[in-house]
Amino acid sequence: MNRNKTGRITMPIEVTSPSVIQESALAPWRAIHDEVLPAGRGWSREIARGQIFRIVDVEGNQAVDTLFFNAHNTEERYSAPDTIRSQGNLYLTTGTRLMSNEGRRLLTIVADTCGRHDTLGGACSAESNQVRYALDRKYMHNCRDSFLLELARLGRGMGKRDLPSNINFFMNVPVTSTGGLSFEDGVSAPGRYVEMRAETDVLALISNCPQLNNPCNAYNPTPIRLLIWDAAP
Amino acid sequence: MTILTETLRGGQAWSRRLARGQILRLTDTTGRACVSALFYNAREPLERYNMADTLKAQFTAYLTVGRVLYSDMGRVLVSIVADTCGWHDTVSGCGDATASEGHFGAGRYQELRNDFHRNARDNFVVELAKHGLGKRDIVANVNFFVRINADELGRIAWVPNNSHAGAAVELRAEMDTLVVLTNTSHPMDPATTYGPPAVEIGIRAAGPHELAGPDDACWRARPENPRGYALTEAYCREIEGASGQPTGMGGRP
Repeated sequence: MNRNKTGRITMPIEVTSPSVIQESALAPWRAIHDEVLPAGRGWSREIARGQIFRIVDVEGNQAVDTLFFNAHNTEERYSAPDTIRSQGNLYLTTGTRLMSNEGRRLLTIVADTCGRHDTLGGACSAESNQVRYALDRKYMHNCRDSFLLELARLGRGMGKRDLPSNINFFMNVPVTSTGGLSFEDGVSAPGRYVEMRAETDVLALISNCPQLNNPCNAYNPTPIRLLIWDAAP
Repeated sequence: MTILTETLRGGQAWSRRLARGQILRLTDTTGRACVSALFYNAREPLERYNMADTLKAQFTAYLTVGRVLYSDMGRVLVSIVADTCGWHDTVSGCGDATASEGHFGAGRYQELRNDFHRNARDNFVVELAKHGLGKRDIVANVNFFVRINADELGRIAWVPNNSHAGAAVELRAEMDTLVVLTNTSHPMDPATTYGPPAVEIGIRAAGPHELAGPDDACWRARPENPRGYALTEAYCREIEGASGQPTGMGGRP
């Protein structure tokens, strides 16, 4: 049994996807980059081919909205449909190849202690919050604002056209066989992480999700930890 | 009132601005069609169809009558007002030249002339370029007449015979919308010979009783949808006020 950060007791994960729980042997003290990103913040960084990138759900149940681009040609970027088709599965876990819109592999998930990550749910925005919850929710902070601010800060001429459907690490959006879709709590837990190897030089873009209207962050957005290791010698 | 009827040949791309209040009808004449589609605000194409927002707002993983297609600005681009197929996919994307060649062989123009193998992605790139749009504007698309099922483990599979000859879907434009279509095989279609069938396109003006409103199936389908329609209505009023020009076919009753 786990106690998540809202104090609710959650049962051990019931494995409902062919998730591959795979731990990593990498030691944080060997990482070349190690940073804590508070909730509600955007982040971007280039990750070189061969480097290993880990995202840690420090306190549990924190959605991490993530996109990747070819660092040398950002018109090539993560594609949710190509990733889904490439592996014949809706959910991301160990072994998933994160595919680009050009059909190439950007990164591969090499370790995962959560077991299932979403790529259908997209990013929250001021406008979609109005539709989903109430017209007066437009003021609330959201992932797309963090993405847009971070893209502007990068100074590479990127903007809203560069926000295709993203990955939501640690988020649980089950699809039923009859085509239903829901947002659920309880797949991740404190300290769970996902780790991926860059197969080419990539630009990572993250929004540490500030959503307060649904259980994707257990109604309490929390920090994440981001680590990068150099390629094995 | 019929505005246009057209046959979309196998392999063909197509685009057109739908005025607010017009209804686009796609008819699968063979039961084997796959029409992949993208949607943009015709006036400000930075606003475009958003798969995730469409699915999230309506708690669904597929599209059929009663569902609407949301833009990334919380507005309704088109509403699905009729559907005799029952399931249209929006999670599995579209194929490219590599997938097509792997599936069907090269199929070059040199040998096949205008029966050469066209693919969805290249068709989108070409058709979007005519509107000043490009690769950055290709998002997760809709695949009309296609069903991809997912089991409880998330594994996806092509569903055969999802459509049938004569199946049709009708999309009512709720704002001036640029529709981009490609009539090309889905990359998960197990067919081994290239040959996307022709598809019929029709456009007509919605009658006074066919417009969005509280009695409409799309309006009533989800409590989220009236909010989406309200945002859409407010936007149309905003641009009419700014431009002095009515949207759609001269404003609404």
